[in-house]
Amino acid sequence: MSTFLEDVNEKIGGVPIQACYHCRKCTAGCPLAFAMEYNPNKVIKMIQMGMKDKVLNSSTIWLCASCETCVTRCPNNVDIARMMDVLRETAIEEKIEPKEKNIRKFHEAFLASIKSGGRINEPMMIVNYKLKSGDYFSDMAMGMNMFMKGKIKLFSPRTKDMKSVRQIFKSTSK
Amino acid sequence: MKVSYYPGCSLHATGKEYDLSVKAVSKALDIELQEVDDWSCCGASSAHMTNYKLSVALPARNIIAAEKDKKDVMVPCAACFNRFKMAQHHMREDEVLKKEVEDMVGGTFSDSVAIRNPIDILYNDVGIDTLSGKVKKKLTGLKPVAYYGCLLLRPPEVCEFENYENPYMLDKIMAGLGAEPRNWSCKTDCCGGSLTLGKTEVVVRLVDKLMTMAREAGANCLVTACPVCFANLDTRASENVRLPAFYFTEIIALALGLEGPDSWFKIHNVDPRPLLKSLSLL
Repeated sequence: MSTFLEDVNEKIGGVPIQACYHCRKCTAGCPLAFAMEYNPNKVIKMIQMGMKDKVLNSSTIWLCASCETCVTRCPNNVDIARMMDVLRETAIEEKIEPKEKNIRKFHEAFLASIKSGGRINEPMMIVNYKLKSGDYFSDMAMGMNMFMKGKIKLFSPRTKDMKSVRQIFKSTSK
Repeated sequence: MKVSYYPGCSLHATGKEYDLSVKAVSKALDIELQEVDDWSCCGASSAHMTNYKLSVALPARNIIAAEKDKKDVMVPCAACFNRFKMAQHHMREDEVLKKEVEDMVGGTFSDSVAIRNPIDILYNDVGIDTLSGKVKKKLTGLKPVAYYGCLLLRPPEVCEFENYENPYMLDKIMAGLGAEPRNWSCKTDCCGGSLTLGKTEVVVRLVDKLMTMAREAGANCLVTACPVCFANLDTRASENVRLPAFYFTEIIALALGLEGPDSWFKIHNVDPRPLLKSLSLL
């Protein structure tokens, strides 16, 4: 049976994360490190030590904003941003309840909107997110303001060839 | 010049002043835009954060559609730009994935068109001299900081943007219009991006830092080329630190004396008109 480290490396498909010599440059430049449960460098160490449950249950994997500062500056070209994508994807596959539920729900609402119309319909996407998250009232005034300014429209043009868009979702669903 | 144009979802909704100003500026500079046929969403951050293959296939559908027109593809939204460049990169590097994606999309990826953001097109193809020559109203007194954000620049080997830790194209464009861009150290910092709904307080903290740093640099506004950054700058900054934000094409249109800027500024959340009026630019 493969180890957690081997699984993660295989999914990243690039430089293995053992190449990290823990200089912590990734963490020094990470704009979200202050809000993370474990900083990016710690996550690498934890994967090396096989701490799968703690990593996949952490807030860190959901708070990474994919700004790619870490991988840009890593002296050993470890693709830490891709690693975070892999960890998120693994957590979803293993049906782990995310610590940052609303971030996951936002992604679900976003992708559901593409699946239904080919393009994002922002009001429908936001209503869907609000229903999923139960966060009904934040940003209500701003939403109304944008609606009044014609920035968000109830109906927006969709992709005509929806068959091809649905095919993409069907072929990539797990 | 003629280019294919991929507006993306934001430019048809919350980023509509970006779409309108890109179109106005392109017209004034003789850049003909042809919209990519029946485009669909690129998947943005939500696809790559949760499903790798989906994140390649969604932009690939549009790249393959654009390849039929054999022209450079202008992608103004930094998030779409990043996903398009990433999809090209992954399909070049991974033959098996490329084949799989082609089967899903029902077309062949020929890697025959360049994905370009409008900063690059205006700077490298139009050129600062031509742009400056068309200025009707010099933007004297406007002191923007150029905010490039993440998605135009990183990862550098994929995005191929100049000088990824200290880019200057946007600064030079602003200077070419007679504005006085301020140097600052947050050009390529992150605004928190798509965390804006799921984790608002984090985005407020990041945006407030950007505003504070812009003020310290002596700026009176921020200029961006990303609808995600713009939305966060325009709606998430705390009242005591906020400054107006602009899409860079809005500023160009203003300097070239084109129709439209006033109606775009009206729909910003932080109204930039008092600043522009105080500088006699509106």
